[in-house]
Order: sequence, then structure tokens, then C-alpha cells
Amino acid sequence: MILFYLVSLLTITFSLLVIFTKNPIYSVLYLIATFFTFTIHYVLLNAQFLAVVNFIVYMGAIMVLFLFVLMLMNLNKETEPMKSNLIKIIAVIAGGSLLVTLVGSFKQLSTLGISTVDKPEIGLVENLGKVLFSDFLLPFEVSSILLLSAMVGAVLLAKKDKSENG
Amino acid sequence: MDNFVSTIQTVPLNHYLILSSIIFTIGVIGVLIRRNAIIIFMSVELMLNAVNLLLTAFSAYSGDAAGQVFVFFIMALAAAEVAVGLAIIVMVYRNTSSVDINILNRLKW
Repeated sequence: MILFYLVSLLTITFSLLVIFTKNPIYSVLYLIATFFTFTIHYVLLNAQFLAVVNFIVYMGAIMVLFLFVLMLMNLNKETEPMKSNLIKIIAVIAGGSLLVTLVGSFKQLSTLGISTVDKPEIGLVENLGKVLFSDFLLPFEVSSILLLSAMVGAVLLAKKDKSENG
Repeated sequence: MDNFVSTIQTVPLNHYLILSSIIFTIGVIGVLIRRNAIIIFMSVELMLNAVNLLLTAFSAYSGDAAGQVFVFFIMALAAAEVAVGLAIIVMVYRNTSSVDINILNRLKW
């Protein structure tokens, strides 16, 4: 119980640091820490398959991609474009209004007060694998086509234009 | 294992709702206050993760495995999205030598 609130506090702190840090490299490092706390949340929810996938895909693949692109670009604190303070204050007020609206609407929900876990084993690899390869077989195969097309598109976009280089 | 299960049994589902909304809001504010395209992209990732956590919490509390399968598909989609998006950002940087989104106003008239 106390562990959940501790990890939630860490999650909120790290995600605030992600958007308020000036240096983009530090932002990526804080984002990695945020995703690690998300992994802890998944373990606490007994969703072990998602914890492992989150650890490998987000912290392994996506964050390495972000770091690579950032280091290719040679950005630092001096070249970092910032908006004016007025726009920042307006943005924070708008975000705060969104949060107040969401939380206020959650207060109206009374059926969500349940705190029981019927089947604690649904998040295990064995159980999710059975569901994934029986009920969700077609979406699983279609997602492989999505990944293939994304790979082709990324290579095509990032490739240097031959006509410019001669 | 029983330790973890007994842990989540005492946390109300409403607290997961509130945590996810806070992180989603932080993502929205990040999109609004920054001009660096990569930071905006990372804020979008934060929003995606908030939704993932909420879906997992709903799935665990209602005992339905379909929610966690959806989260798996969202993660595959996020990987594809990051690959294409970062390729676009690299292209923009190569053409303008900057990742400031205020430069990208040529579609405005």
C-alpha cells in the first residue's frame, strides 16, 4: 500500500522533471527513470508480462532511439528554444483545468470503488500468451505488418537524398 | 507473489485513475510549454504511458485479460510511431538545422 504511493510520488516527480528541465539530454534520462517507475507499477499490479515488455521495449528500444537522435543533433542548453513566460503560465493553467475537470468527473463515479482482484494470475506470461494467440491472433499478425511498414517508412525518411549529394 | 496481490487489494481503483490523469496532464502541459520537437515527442510518450497504466489497472481490477493485450498492442504501436516520428525529426533537423517547431510554419498562410 505505502509502496504504491511512494512509487506514484516518484513517477510524478520524474515526469515533472522531464518537461521542466532545460537540457534535452537530462530530459531523456528523467524519462527513462519515469518508465522504470511505470515498470514497478506493472509489477505491483501483478502484470508481469507487461512489466517485462515495458522494460525491454520502452527503456531498451525507444529510449536508446531518443538518445541516439539527441546525440546526433548536438543540442544543449544554449540552443534550447523556450517559450515566453506568459505562454508557460497560460499552458499550466489550461493543464490544471483539464486535471480538475477529470478528477471532478471521477468523483461522480461510485461504481469504481471496487478494490478486489478476482483472478490475480491474468497478467502472467502463460495466461496472456494463451489469450494473445487465440482471441487476438489476427490483430497480432496485423501488428507485424504495421511494424514492417514503420521500418520501411523510417528508413525511407531518414535516408539522404541522392540527387542533392550528386 | 501473494505479497504483491495483497498490496494492490488495498489500493482503491480511484487512486490509479487520479495518478493516470496527473501524468496525462503533465504530458499535455509538456506539449504546450516546450518548443523543442523531441521534448514534445517525449510528452506524447508520457501521455501514452498514462493510458497504458490505467488500462492495466482496469484489467487487473476487473479480472479481464483483454485490457493487458490492448496495452501490448499500444506498446507495439508506440514503437512504430517513435521510429517514424524520429525519422521525420531527423529530416527536419537536416533541412533547417534546428528542432524548433516555430520554424515549421510554411503550411501556414
